[in-house]
Amino acid sequence: MAELEGMDEVVREFLVESYENLDQLDRDLVALEKSPDSADRLASVFRTIHTIKGTCGFLSFGKLESVAHVGENLLSRLRDGRLTLNAEITSALLSMVDAVRRMLSDIEGTGSDGDHDYAELIERLNLLQEVLTPPADRATAEPASGTAQVDDEPEDEEPSEATAATDAEAEVEHPAAEIDVESFETPLEMQARSADSGRVATETIETKAFAGEDVAEAKATPPAAGAAPAASATDTGESRSSNVADTTIRVDVGLLDKLMNLVGELVLARNQILQFTATQSDTAFIATTQRLNLITTELQEGVMKTRMQPIGNIWSKFPRVVRDVALTCGKQVRVEMEGRETELDKTIIEAIKDPLTHVVRNAVDHGVESPERRVAAGKPAEGRLFMRAFHEGGQVNIEISDDGAGIDPEKLKQKALQRGLVNPDQLARLSDREALSLIFLPGFSTAEKVTNVSGRGVGMDVVKTNIEKIGGTVDIHSKVGHGTTLKIKIPLTLAIIPALVVTSGGERYAIPQVSLLELVRLEGEQARRSIENIHGAPVYRLRGNLLPLAYLGRELGSDDTAKVTQGETVNIVVLQADDRQFGLVVESILDTEEIVVKPLGKQLKGIATFAGATIMGDGRVALILDVLGLAQRAGVVSEVRDRSIAEKAHHATDGGHERQTLLLLGMGDAGRFAIPLSMVARLEEFPDDSVERSAEQEVVQYRGQILPLLRLSRVLRAAAEADPAASDGDSLQVVVYTEQGKSVGLVVDRILDIVEDALDIQRSIGRDGLLGSAVIQQRVTDLLDVHGIIERAIPSFFAQAEAA
Amino acid sequence: MSMTRQFSTFYLDDLFFGIEVEKVQEVIRYQEMTRVPLASRVVEGLINLRGQIVTAVDLRQRLRLRDREAGELPMNVVVRTDDGALSLLVDEIGDVLEIDDKTFEQPPETISGVARDLIRGVYKLRDQLLLVLDTERAVQLDGNESDNGN
Repeated sequence: MAELEGMDEVVREFLVESYENLDQLDRDLVALEKSPDSADRLASVFRTIHTIKGTCGFLSFGKLESVAHVGENLLSRLRDGRLTLNAEITSALLSMVDAVRRMLSDIEGTGSDGDHDYAELIERLNLLQEVLTPPADRATAEPASGTAQVDDEPEDEEPSEATAATDAEAEVEHPAAEIDVESFETPLEMQARSADSGRVATETIETKAFAGEDVAEAKATPPAAGAAPAASATDTGESRSSNVADTTIRVDVGLLDKLMNLVGELVLARNQILQFTATQSDTAFIATTQRLNLITTELQEGVMKTRMQPIGNIWSKFPRVVRDVALTCGKQVRVEMEGRETELDKTIIEAIKDPLTHVVRNAVDHGVESPERRVAAGKPAEGRLFMRAFHEGGQVNIEISDDGAGIDPEKLKQKALQRGLVNPDQLARLSDREALSLIFLPGFSTAEKVTNVSGRGVGMDVVKTNIEKIGGTVDIHSKVGHGTTLKIKIPLTLAIIPALVVTSGGERYAIPQVSLLELVRLEGEQARRSIENIHGAPVYRLRGNLLPLAYLGRELGSDDTAKVTQGETVNIVVLQADDRQFGLVVESILDTEEIVVKPLGKQLKGIATFAGATIMGDGRVALILDVLGLAQRAGVVSEVRDRSIAEKAHHATDGGHERQTLLLLGMGDAGRFAIPLSMVARLEEFPDDSVERSAEQEVVQYRGQILPLLRLSRVLRAAAEADPAASDGDSLQVVVYTEQGKSVGLVVDRILDIVEDALDIQRSIGRDGLLGSAVIQQRVTDLLDVHGIIERAIPSFFAQAEAA
Repeated sequence: MSMTRQFSTFYLDDLFFGIEVEKVQEVIRYQEMTRVPLASRVVEGLINLRGQIVTAVDLRQRLRLRDREAGELPMNVVVRTDDGALSLLVDEIGDVLEIDDKTFEQPPETISGVARDLIRGVYKLRDQLLLVLDTERAVQLDGNESDNGN
């Protein structure tokens, strides 16, 4: 019984290891196809198959062994340079890898290598090795390959010594498996060779090996060969693997999950103590709490790190996926990756695996064009699929771009119409960007012909849903003729997230920071006046755009609207739900906090407004708002969709005036002025006394440079005939304008607002320093001719900039 | 040969209830609760049970009894369910009683409404009747019954 269990353990280890090796194999084979002469890679591939073959022979998986055997033969020919790798051989080898994988999963499920028939594959592999080798030649092939291997050996060893456990273990296999090929060699010779390569043959280990005490040992034991080389191999294996074992161990994921939960509890307890400490005055106690705080934070980070895996773990299979898809569609695609070491929580890695695979297949199948079409379009025949991952603001960004044909919004519209997903009326009002997001609608497939690669009904909507399930977002950008980029943003971890804590009806609610865009606080007069109603729907003008509002209290069933709006201040939390924005009016905004997300019991699962609950610093429970659920409940998502489309359509027909984002400035009595925000590098405030003079020019020191200042009120005074507006006493509001590395500061009186508007210059007044006037926010606003003003005041500015 | 069972008992209004002792995880005094808007009225709120978030179901609401008097604080009987721990809010906690199976009887036909679903049977004690609560059903709120209370 004990022996049987030991055996199971061996099989399990064999499976785990073989899966890892197979992934490596996929990568190596695809890489090999690109550079068929890479001896290192060939050797690595050969070793992997060797390992599998040797072990499954020992574990008596005959079918698996026979498949691995023919694969190995073919590989040995490649390695000896008597065959050159081509697409056909690569495909056959990859099919072999697939067959092996299938058998492994059979072994995992049933304990035997399954009852599929692989005769055809074996035949195919056999044929391939015979194509270039005449039968007569073959008779001498075996011994020749034997010597070749001996020669190769030192070369093989070098990388494995320096690299990971898999390599080391593969290396252990080397002499043991060679025995099959070179059975005519005498044991003495083999022993001598072992000794040559620095191995000590110890007979005693043999018995241990058969007891199955160590996997490496068990594997190293050939079924019916001389014990001495096997033992020597075991010996080396042990000493090497112990080096690796010193630094890494395998840990059950369940244990890590438990640790993660406990750390979550600790974080909560820490928060409670911190809150309690705030009321204490004992310095020793406070110091201890600070230490506890720091240690907890570090522990939390540490435990979270144990669950982190590089995204490369799932990316590694994409070259193979791309190769297969490209081959089926008759395309040439090269994969490039950046940031494979970017780490993500294990659960998230698993959750994004399938969506990413889908996106990659899509990009190759639909994105990249056929070589002929690419060449005709003046692009290289080989398409490029670029995958990039990086951390940004506590999130992981993944971008998958191709340099293919891009997506034609018109085609998308036609398709959506055909499938009855939108009506012609809606369609007419869609902007190109909105048309692109049609691709995420359920039941949408752009493939003009349905291939067996994609277009099987599983569309981008599934990708979007799956990514959103883990709190991520998907965005698509495409340029016809230039390619498509899919941007995915996902949180680092699901267990602990930053959240904004707000109150409503006396209870606290947490809003995940991911959905948070900005906070708007209206006070006094503003609070009473700036919330307007459109047929009962409250809106706020956020930089000129209507932001639909929802009242948290009202949505949660307690009508506190009166309280919120009658008060002196109104707090609006601007949130992103789906691709729309809305404002959530809350009673008060408390703070941002790291919260531990806990699921709700099944009695409460049905309420889409809540995403879960968390325990706050004082030990009380707070609900976490589900922003999308809340938006849907409040009706802001669907409602807004139509209106914003209409709005954009309206702007589009607005006489073709370009929409611009403008910075509004106040200049004493001279009125309101506007500068396109795109011309503004930064807004700064300088104390009055920091102004120095240099060559009749007011300057300030700014970021290690001398920044010349132009007082706009003086520049405009002559023209506007207004009094020189006094600055407000002790500081200067400065708009920094930068061109080609040179900056100039424009001193203004007040910075009023930022608005987005269609710039419709209604009256060209032809005055110096002004381009004309436009009505912005219902007020006549003069547009500054920044370029002109600077040119007149500092004639050398642009000349130098151009020279530089 | 008669068998005995242990019941953890509690009071609701003027009724005396029991739950098999092995289903009860613990009994704790009143805890501060976080109200859950939009939830069924039966759900009184969420409590923090040593870092675990537990839903509290008010048995008075569940059984359609009168509301508790203002100022009266309920006790928590925390029961184990397939979905984790769940708290049942009751008026007062009684003793753990060891009761002979022979005194058991099916609920009479005259019990109607929600009580019929939730009361599994009656033990005839010497001075009063002990009603056995079907905890699995009591915490199931997805049926029509819970909605009526809303």
